[in-house]
Amino acid sequence: MDSNRSKQYPLHRREVVTALLDHRDDMLVVAGLGASAWDITAARDSPLNFPLWGAMGGAVSLGLGLALAQPSRRVLVVTGDGEMLMGMGSLATVAIQSPPNLAIVVLDNERYGETGMQTTHTAGDVDLAAVASATGFSASVTIKDNLTLESVLPQIRNGEGPIFFNIKICVEDLPLVLPPKDGIHLKNRFRLALLGTDTAV
Amino acid sequence: MTQPDFVTWSDSIFQILLNHRIRQVAYVPDAGHLHLINQCLQCSDMVSVPLTTEEEGVALLAGAWLGGERGVLLMQSSGVGNCLNMLSLSSVCQMPLLMLVTMRGEQGEFNPWQVPMGENTEQLLTAAGVTVYPVSRGDQLAAAVATAAAMVYEGPSAAAVLISQRILGAKTFEQ
Repeated sequence: MDSNRSKQYPLHRREVVTALLDHRDDMLVVAGLGASAWDITAARDSPLNFPLWGAMGGAVSLGLGLALAQPSRRVLVVTGDGEMLMGMGSLATVAIQSPPNLAIVVLDNERYGETGMQTTHTAGDVDLAAVASATGFSASVTIKDNLTLESVLPQIRNGEGPIFFNIKICVEDLPLVLPPKDGIHLKNRFRLALLGTDTAV
Repeated sequence: MTQPDFVTWSDSIFQILLNHRIRQVAYVPDAGHLHLINQCLQCSDMVSVPLTTEEEGVALLAGAWLGGERGVLLMQSSGVGNCLNMLSLSSVCQMPLLMLVTMRGEQGEFNPWQVPMGENTEQLLTAAGVTVYPVSRGDQLAAAVATAAAMVYEGPSAAAVLISQRILGAKTFEQ
């Protein structure tokens, strides 16, 4: 494990997420618990954001269910390396379904950010993009610099899925930007914005 | 239980799922669900999603509901423990969640490693906020599934039908 490596990464999580969600149009965004949920909220809260406050390991699975239900809409899952590690099997489940509208972005600072910045397995040799690739994702890339990030933004927004991007970001201590935490409110505002008033499915 | 009875009850459950417009069928296989899973796999109105662990199904079906679709989670009782933290999603967000759980570790179980979860399935689900419908007679199974499905999708709420080994027959090495 290398506890210093991620201090040197040039990319900053809030800037990455702001770039991802710029021109998001009607994209549906799911965020894993912790910093990823604060990041999508800092970029701009939206009824079409579903930030998780718990359910660790479930962000990708939730994104899959949403992507299967809404094949005409882009679904973006933004999560952290710790959350992704807890749900690594869900990458295999996604690969089997192969939803063309699903993109997964892991913000990988190699740390558990909410619990004291302990190193995660990705501070060792664990390579999440290689895991996704091994399950059968057609595109699975690790990104470490802004030039490469800029070049793949169109693919993240519109490229044929399922696609997986592991973005190495630096360790930093950022102000919390909290989304609403009432789960029923988050659910209802999402369904109202997506499905309209006729939500009686 | 005779095999034709079992197929008939699976047919009844499948019809209830169709009646409730169930679209996403998430499952970790169990021998007791064999016939139902095959029916769902062959149904063009359903998307069958094999999982690597049951908790994926809880999150998957929450996503389905956010996207306007209904689902069901098929699993055996040994997988209930895997779901516990993920069930906070159903509980906190009041996501509809219909679980059909085939029981292990009760009547005539040959494998003692199945017993700890089997003995505690009902209590664990109840503690996690899931309404439980245990069924030990085959002729009551369809009615229980219909009741649970109505509770879940009229609610919304989380409900699990526990299908006893008395109905399924205990698994043995010979089966």
